[in-house]
Amino acid sequence: MNPNFLEFEQPIAELEAKIQELRYVGDDAEININEEIGKLEAKCESLTRQIFSNLSPWQVAQLARHPQRPYTLDYVEQIFTDFQELHGDRSFADDPALVGGIARIDGRPVMLIGHQKGRDTREKVRRNFGMPRPEGYRKARRLMETAERFGLPVITFIDTPGAYPGIDAEERGQSEAIARNLAVMAELEVPILCTVVGEGGSGGALAIGVGDEVAMMQYSTYAVISPEGCASILWKSAERAADAAEAMGITSDRLRELGLIDHVIPEPLGGAHRDVPETAQRIKRHLLATLDRLGEMDTDQLLESRYRRLMDFGNFKEG
Amino acid sequence: MSWFEKLIPSTIRTEGGSKKSVPEGLWSKCDACDGILYKGELERNLLVCPKCGHHMRIGARSRLEHFLDEGDREEIGAELSPVDALKFRDSKKYRDRIGQAQKKTGEKDALIAYRGSLKGMPVVGCAFEFAFMGGSMGSVVGERFVRAVDTAIEHRAPLVTFTASGGARMQEALISLMQMAKTSAAVAHLRRRGLPFVVVLTHPTMGGVSASLAMLGDVHIAEPDALIGFAGPRVIEQTVREKLPEGFQRSEFLLEHGAVDMIVDRREHRDEIHRLLATLTHRTGRA
Repeated sequence: MNPNFLEFEQPIAELEAKIQELRYVGDDAEININEEIGKLEAKCESLTRQIFSNLSPWQVAQLARHPQRPYTLDYVEQIFTDFQELHGDRSFADDPALVGGIARIDGRPVMLIGHQKGRDTREKVRRNFGMPRPEGYRKARRLMETAERFGLPVITFIDTPGAYPGIDAEERGQSEAIARNLAVMAELEVPILCTVVGEGGSGGALAIGVGDEVAMMQYSTYAVISPEGCASILWKSAERAADAAEAMGITSDRLRELGLIDHVIPEPLGGAHRDVPETAQRIKRHLLATLDRLGEMDTDQLLESRYRRLMDFGNFKEG
Repeated sequence: MSWFEKLIPSTIRTEGGSKKSVPEGLWSKCDACDGILYKGELERNLLVCPKCGHHMRIGARSRLEHFLDEGDREEIGAELSPVDALKFRDSKKYRDRIGQAQKKTGEKDALIAYRGSLKGMPVVGCAFEFAFMGGSMGSVVGERFVRAVDTAIEHRAPLVTFTASGGARMQEALISLMQMAKTSAAVAHLRRRGLPFVVVLTHPTMGGVSASLAMLGDVHIAEPDALIGFAGPRVIEQTVREKLPEGFQRSEFLLEHGAVDMIVDRREHRDEIHRLLATLTHRTGRA
């Protein structure tokens, strides 16, 4: 089994390995196997199409956490220029699980904020698996306030299992750090564009997720609690994660249907990790179009429409 | 009682048979000191144990009835009731859970809000009903809170909110997460208008409620020994794999770490909060 592929991707991995093998053979053998390779490639594509046309919410949750999935800084590199990372919350520490800084997109200055996961073990630990502590959220707030002062739109990338549940995080006020961001983002006087690129893990995601336009990548997820967490509370067994994922409706298409997010950015065949440059271009196009649209509103209109958007959340019966 | 429960000393048994063993009647037992208490006296004492000072759970409606002045009161958002927009079903249907909670508590959902007065000063008061699905925040809680904020703005009145909640309501999935954003935006609105927002954190205030409206007060008051935090102690223990320090996430711990301003006995809430609001809003002190 190839560890860089998920279980349901394994048939694709096998076919690709076979194609790779044939290529090696083709290099030193006289026989023409291009035709064979072409056939296998077509088969591989149709197999991928078939697998991906019918993913369960739990499979999407696994894709959102795929070991090869692009992270915030991978996208930053492809979408923006002149990125200068800014560090620290100015009162306690810098949190590597949440990154931010100023950059340009198509020449336009913006403030960038995003969760950051690590690729290898050392980096994963350093980034705390993308789970910020209060100082991370406070850094984000500081950067948002800087953005407001200088009239820079705020662009956020969401990808976290959740805010870190640790002793130190509680001591330093994890709840307060998240809550404060929600209140600040509701009234920030510049456009805020949020994109869930991987895992949208509960309050830890929302703390940089209140905006004028919230988009999700096709195979990202956004939920009030992880499927495992929900299953262990409501079904008393983490093994029922697939059922929990189904019941909660954590996928981009479902959340778009429910009106909880505004836009879905389609991913290349097989998911973002199969073609990172193409994925990045799609995000970039979406961001530029949205910046144009929001740029036409004056500050009062922007804040009014953001507030209305927030107040419209909820389903209830009246009378 | 199972063999395992028998092994646990009765003083630390928290759930299960022990509570039910006291029959509905004249007498009640303190969960903390096991003292046998006369119910009438306990209720006059706002469910604070007269022997050890332990703060027992008090229903949202009865809390507000004691907190606000008698007479001129108007409930806010009473007409709102929950719906199951997702057709959510775990081991039970959400619809059935709502029905059971409504039957058990006599409330339509987990937040009660009133416009009234406190020693003659107009205020808006909200309280979470923990007995209704763990005081969890779903759409109705969010909407009632927002309407309470709107009422406070309309009447230029301070807002006082008593929290008691396990967090967001899982059965409303992402809709419930969005209530955090909704209620926080409403608090921001209230602040901009210069109206005081006082939060009284009671046992327990966790998760999505703690990480939104509960931590956005101008003043944070905690009841003694309340559990207040973002992540639950069990989740933290599993994550860090070490034993949690004594008194972790209790009111006294939060006071020490700067998250709350003061710890106030329930019986003092009227006096203390009135004094606080009168000073903040430049009113004469006597009521």
